[in-house]
Amino acid sequence: MCTFAAKFIKLFNKVTTLNPLRTVLFSILFLTVSFLGFASEEKTNQKDAPFDPKEMILHHVKDAHEFHLWDWKGSPVSLSLPIILWTDGGLITFSSSKFHHDDQGQTVVESNGNSFVKLHEKIYQLEAGETSINYDSEHHPTNAHKPIDLSITRNVFMMWVSVALLLFIFLTTARNYKKSKDGVPKGIAGFMEPLIIFVRDEIGKPMIGEHKYKKYMPYLLTIFFFIWINNIFGLIPILNGANLSGNIAFTFTLAVFTFIITTFSGNKNYWKHIFWMPGVPVPMKIFLMPIEIIGMFVKPISLMIRLFANITAGHVIILALMSLIFVFKSVAIAPVSVAFSLFITVIEIIVTAIQAYIFTILSALYFGMATEEEH
Amino acid sequence: MTITGIAAIGAGLAAIGAGVGIGKIGGSAMEAMARQPEMHGKIQSSALILAAFVEAVALFGVVVAFLQG
Repeated sequence: MCTFAAKFIKLFNKVTTLNPLRTVLFSILFLTVSFLGFASEEKTNQKDAPFDPKEMILHHVKDAHEFHLWDWKGSPVSLSLPIILWTDGGLITFSSSKFHHDDQGQTVVESNGNSFVKLHEKIYQLEAGETSINYDSEHHPTNAHKPIDLSITRNVFMMWVSVALLLFIFLTTARNYKKSKDGVPKGIAGFMEPLIIFVRDEIGKPMIGEHKYKKYMPYLLTIFFFIWINNIFGLIPILNGANLSGNIAFTFTLAVFTFIITTFSGNKNYWKHIFWMPGVPVPMKIFLMPIEIIGMFVKPISLMIRLFANITAGHVIILALMSLIFVFKSVAIAPVSVAFSLFITVIEIIVTAIQAYIFTILSALYFGMATEEEH
Repeated sequence: MTITGIAAIGAGLAAIGAGVGIGKIGGSAMEAMARQPEMHGKIQSSALILAAFVEAVALFGVVVAFLQG
């Protein structure tokens, strides 16, 4: 085992240091291997019920209370995450394994004298004295309500993983620069330097301007790397729940940060362009004012939807191509669908970087607009 | 026809619009790069940004269709 690991590391070093083509081929090999695990997971689902691609896709794209990894002999292998609820009776915590992978509201969990069920990844608290959940004609629960759910879901978990990884990468980089005597980056810092310089020279300086860009660099670097690393996590097939940047709450929060920074760094000139556009006749000024005010809010909203929709659409396309095999129930379609989803995956690898770049450059553009001087 | 079918047609129409838009951006960027090869980098980055703007509109359509369907 040990020799195998040593050999593997040697091989990996050899492959990655030789030439770019081999590195790409090696990564593709890795991707195909992981796709095998991905596909076999769906096959076991098919045994129980007729295959429903829409449900499978939504299950993969949505947030969940447990980290489902794969199915082994018909039973799911998953990482149980804690459920934290704020109810009328105070804070209640228990493990999501108590639901026994049930998502249809069948299993009732008792905790502190309250009963909870999980229905379509939403936790419901049953009213006092009830033992099972009842539905009305539209399949809405009638005898339960939703408590405030503060659970560590798989998206939150993956966010912490990415935060830890980013902290590790950047603290190592910083330490590397401190240690190095001649200022030459070594190791991981040598890899990060061109990326950081790219954000500074291609995004910060041209969009905000030579004199003011420094103030915004920490934010721009943070969102660039945070979005990028989460996009990449979303593409790792075995972590199929790590669709963090395809979660609208996540992109909403980032867009709100951009909105707040734009609004607070807006100078006199910026507000004049919104409320009393210079250089146009007065009726036009009055006409433009509501449009500009709406535009102020549309900018962050479009940032939010762009990132969310791009990442989610990428996942949906890959999963839809994979589910073609199970829709047609034929092995003949498998090579076609695997080839197409591999193609889309390679495109998505480019999209991960492009979307992080777009979000950052548009944020920088808005900051630049807010701090522009009169000319 | 159900609402799902109509939603799918809507998503398709949005994709047509985005296809035309991105095609025009790509075509013009290529032409500009051929005319001025020294501006290659700048043209490419602004073409990517513009493509993202156009693509976002198509994805709005897809999201609305997905919510309806």
